[in-house]
Amino acid sequence: MINLISRNIIRFIFLVLFQVIVLNNIQLNGYINPYLYVLFIIMLPFETPKWLLIISSFLLGLFIDIFSGTIGVHAAACVFLAYCRPAVLRVVSSKKEYEQGIYPIIRDLGFRWFFSYSLILVSVHHILLFFLEAFSFREFFSTFFRSFLSIIFTMLLIVISQYIMYRPKKK
Amino acid sequence: MRNFFLFLLKEHFFFLFFILEVFSFVLIIQNNYYQKSVFINSSNEFTGGVFKTFNDISQYFSLKDANRKLSEENARLMNEAKKYYFKSNNNVFSQIDTLFHNDTLYVQQYEFVSAKVINNSINKRNNYLTINKGSNNGITKDMGVITSDGIVGIVMDVSPHFSSILSVLHKDSKISAKVKKNGHLGTVIWKGGAYRTAELIDIPTHVKPSIGDTIITSGNSTSFPEGINIGTILSYKIEKGDNFYNISIKLSTDFNNISYAYVIKNIMKGELDKINKNEIND
Repeated sequence: MINLISRNIIRFIFLVLFQVIVLNNIQLNGYINPYLYVLFIIMLPFETPKWLLIISSFLLGLFIDIFSGTIGVHAAACVFLAYCRPAVLRVVSSKKEYEQGIYPIIRDLGFRWFFSYSLILVSVHHILLFFLEAFSFREFFSTFFRSFLSIIFTMLLIVISQYIMYRPKKK
Repeated sequence: MRNFFLFLLKEHFFFLFFILEVFSFVLIIQNNYYQKSVFINSSNEFTGGVFKTFNDISQYFSLKDANRKLSEENARLMNEAKKYYFKSNNNVFSQIDTLFHNDTLYVQQYEFVSAKVINNSINKRNNYLTINKGSNNGITKDMGVITSDGIVGIVMDVSPHFSSILSVLHKDSKISAKVKKNGHLGTVIWKGGAYRTAELIDIPTHVKPSIGDTIITSGNSTSFPEGINIGTILSYKIEKGDNFYNISIKLSTDFNNISYAYVIKNIMKGELDKINKNEIND
């Protein structure tokens, strides 16, 4: 249990640092800006209490905000993402039960399940984030297009990171 | 009360979400200049819109008064403008050293009287205007009349309360003009037809005019001070064997739309006329 908590705290710190030091400096064409840090919320264990889920998400967003100078924008998107997560978990059903010792990662629940689960959450987060950043519907399609491109790039990074961190189980 | 707390506890996830989300939005609007300005602007747009609608309606009632005030104000400002003052050489200091500037250096040469145009025509060969100021306001024959856009004409006849003005759009109208760029002198006449165009004649062929050049009053006549707008060059051509250009100009004054005008009193007119008369007699 202590191992699980410390592992999540380390992941939190690592993802925040990786986001603000490396990924925030990647802005291809001014369009693509991946936000890999949401992986923390995606990978929180199933049995995380809901209050902890939402408060840790808020803190995650707030830290990113403080480093990128956009106070509140990431926090709002992350809180909304955390609020959506239980509902998304209910919708995206799995053959395996969400039981003890099983984490929301590719190794445990398979590529298809993980991909659809994280795609929904990343999309929710990115669309809200980009519209909060633009703070207007005037350039609706431009904002939508930018969030769409970033969703693709973030999903790519999430899937790659899954294969780097966890080797597939040998059957 | 207990039930309420139970309800809060049961729905703690939603309330926590709600509180944190609202808190985030407060942070966004408090701390980010752009979002703050959008938020404040859009909320002001509503209240501002209501006030604007009210004002749009109510201002019509005072429009007449406002126009009269503005027009009087303009005349007062023009009276103060240094441009229309005659530079006096009687001053001892100005002969010794131009660095000495005091108030006696400039003597007012032109005075402006604002007047309302009460009758106007543009569609005849010879057009006249009537204004609501006359000899009671010190207006006399041969005074120039202008608007803020440019010249209008010359006072032809005065009664105690009204004056009749010979418009630029008249066959007897001859306005001494010059090209602003190079100062070459000519005369503006009107040959009838379109009320926005007039002719500039007497510009010699060695001068190179170009389309769009500004034509202003020359200051050679006693009616108009130097530098009042007349119009801009539309086109020019030389007739075969002619020594002068035929220049067509676009008048800067829209004669179809004159409501207020200024009559120019040249305070030194008598003095100028006297000296010119002596010249002719000699």
